[in-house]
Amino acid sequence: MLPDAIDLARMQFAFTVAAHIVFPAFTIGLASYLAVLEGLWLVTREQRYLTVFRYLKTPFAVVFGMGVVSGIVMSYQFGTNWSVFADKTGPVLGPLMGYEVLSAFFLEAGFLGIMLFGLDRVGPRLHFMATAMVAVGTLFSAFWILSVNSWMHTPAGYEMNAAGQFVPADWWAVVFNPSFPYRLVHMVLAAYLTTAFVVGGIGAWHLLRDPDQPAARTMFSMAMWMALLVAPAQIVAGDMHGLNTLEHQPAKVAAMEGHYDSHKGAPLILFGWPDDEAEETKYAIEIPHLGSLILMHEWDGEVKGLKAWPKEDRPPALIPFWSFRIMVGLGFAMVGLGLWSGWMRLRGRLYESPWLHRVAVAMAPSGFVAILAGWVTTEVGRQPWTVYGLLRTVDSASPLDAPAVGASLLAFVVVYFAVFGMGVFYVLRLLSRTPQPAAVDDEATPMHAAGLVPGPARKLEAD
Amino acid sequence: MEFDLAFIWAGIIAFAVLAYVIMDGFDLGIGMLFPLLHDEGERDVAMNSVAPVWAGKETWLVLGGGGLMAAFPLAYATVLPALYAPITAMLIGLILRGVAFEFRWRANDKTLWDISFVAGSTIATLAQGIALGALVQGIEIAGRAYAGGWWDWLTPFTILCGVSLAIGYMLLGACWLVLKTEGELQARARRFAQRAGAGTLLLIGLVSLWTPFLQPSYLDRWFSWPSMAFSAVVPVLLLGCVWALYTGLRGAGHDSRPFLAALGIFVLCYAGIGISFYPHMVPPNLTIWQAAAPDSSLGFLLVGALVLIPMIIAYTAYAYWVFRGKIDPKASYH
Repeated sequence: MLPDAIDLARMQFAFTVAAHIVFPAFTIGLASYLAVLEGLWLVTREQRYLTVFRYLKTPFAVVFGMGVVSGIVMSYQFGTNWSVFADKTGPVLGPLMGYEVLSAFFLEAGFLGIMLFGLDRVGPRLHFMATAMVAVGTLFSAFWILSVNSWMHTPAGYEMNAAGQFVPADWWAVVFNPSFPYRLVHMVLAAYLTTAFVVGGIGAWHLLRDPDQPAARTMFSMAMWMALLVAPAQIVAGDMHGLNTLEHQPAKVAAMEGHYDSHKGAPLILFGWPDDEAEETKYAIEIPHLGSLILMHEWDGEVKGLKAWPKEDRPPALIPFWSFRIMVGLGFAMVGLGLWSGWMRLRGRLYESPWLHRVAVAMAPSGFVAILAGWVTTEVGRQPWTVYGLLRTVDSASPLDAPAVGASLLAFVVVYFAVFGMGVFYVLRLLSRTPQPAAVDDEATPMHAAGLVPGPARKLEAD
Repeated sequence: MEFDLAFIWAGIIAFAVLAYVIMDGFDLGIGMLFPLLHDEGERDVAMNSVAPVWAGKETWLVLGGGGLMAAFPLAYATVLPALYAPITAMLIGLILRGVAFEFRWRANDKTLWDISFVAGSTIATLAQGIALGALVQGIEIAGRAYAGGWWDWLTPFTILCGVSLAIGYMLLGACWLVLKTEGELQARARRFAQRAGAGTLLLIGLVSLWTPFLQPSYLDRWFSWPSMAFSAVVPVLLLGCVWALYTGLRGAGHDSRPFLAALGIFVLCYAGIGISFYPHMVPPNLTIWQAAAPDSSLGFLLVGALVLIPMIIAYTAYAYWVFRGKIDPKASYH
């Protein structure tokens, strides 16, 4: 059977947004890291911080550029494929997205140029301010977009008008809707961890070749501090976000846990195969009472199962069940690497532990996978709604024929894989070079006063 | 005093789209002229003449899309499905064009990204022209949704608009090169601009003659008293710009004259479309006020727009100031 227009539109949104989120997830964390590096350099005047800053600046620029072009696509997706959603929620969500464009794009576009301008032209203090503004811009961007997304999960502060549109009643309640603070903290920490694991992986990769490489040591050490401190904090933040979801979207939690029947003293299902037809999780391996303990923080707390909702109001269970486990598993693996590195640091062997470095290289992409898995969990778990409990996904789509949506989906898939595949290749090639103290390419970095993407940087010596 | 927020927002969005068209127009035009340039050296110079100021322009396009959803959700929700194929093509074209700016200097062989640059620019331009033409010929709406088919955008008129915009952007791009380059490349850019200028004027004439017969309201606006008295100003000013372009391309005045004249032609054509449309947002039926979001939405975003848009304009102007003057082909820009 061929997929219908709505399924194709959902695939298209899932594909374009998943491809997009990878880039900002990295640049949000990296922008802050670059600001920290430059700040440390200004305070301590230690060369190694400047070396790492210059080393990571160019990959940042390339990734940022890919984030911009894939982001332009997102700003049109709501209208092309989800026009009913756009019409109904535009009065509430449109201004939030408008602020994202005006505040975040402005800060990023205005100051990225100066940041890439080169220290020599504007002086270290102004340059540091520019770097900090780029970091703030990426955080503003995350703020507004996550507010929009959270409102779709936990709508608040709205009224309905005669045309069936959501209209704002209380902007404060709209922006700071109930799930927003949790989602914002969880996502920003996730972006920071993602960057930390990439930076740690780069550092480890160069340490495997030369354990005395000073810039590689700096990158690896700083990243492992992040893993040690932030990964456990993220588990706490994730738990709080989960409890907030339980309060506002219990059906999503039931799907994530694979519970069809409601029970007191619910078990924790570790693994299994949720089957929505049979309404049971097959082959379940479970630990008695642990589910209630985790979710309700009570031995005999009652956990609602999916059967508590009519079938047409339930999310599918299989995907959120497994994507949630992937995310959580990677989260604990991150904590594990952080602890291992802490132990090695105590023993004074942080830079001479090839197995630690190999595992760190292997885990370099773990943040991206965890972020995608987490978003799949929360977005599939929101189904069958776009605006939770109020507007169904099937009622949100544009009146389009399947071939139109299918053809555009195919075009996006082909172009994204080709173009962003090459982009990722270029970034990896940049990162395979050993960081050099006086970055040779710096004098040749093009002037670039205002723009989202740096000017074409010079062709590499290594090529 | 009561402000008509919907009218103000229509103005802001019209401004954002115009800012995008005239600023990205000459980049896209250079992209389409790329194959006519002689060697890699000339292409490097041409690309360097826009690379530093390219990316900020995309902000206006995102502002046009994002602002439309915020201020006129019904227009956003009907126009984009109606223009589904051209919008998708434009986005893909902009991706291919945009990444070429950066990737071209990272690849071992520039050819692949030169092709990407040319193809992306051409696709994006044709799609923009076709989309504009489809909007001018009118979009069928029933209830609160687009009611036409997904090939309605494809007509002889829209094809004509796509070709016209492509030639027009080439005129802008060639005039930009006249301004930014010297010597042989500048002389060749002048010849490109003369041909593209003649083509642009011919096509503007054709589109202008065709447009009034697409919707009765357009005909009234241009050929009935008293609105004719105001709308007649546009063709008169247009003649002035044509004269400035003609003399400028023959060498009179500063090297910026052809470019400024070409910009003037674009602004006037845009104003002409605005005169035809008003008071509609989506012809033939949806007016600015029907499409608008409630005042609480418009007011909330207007506060930010009034503060931030002037700042964006300021840094854009600053960037052009920093990069003023001729491009030195020998400077190792990269």
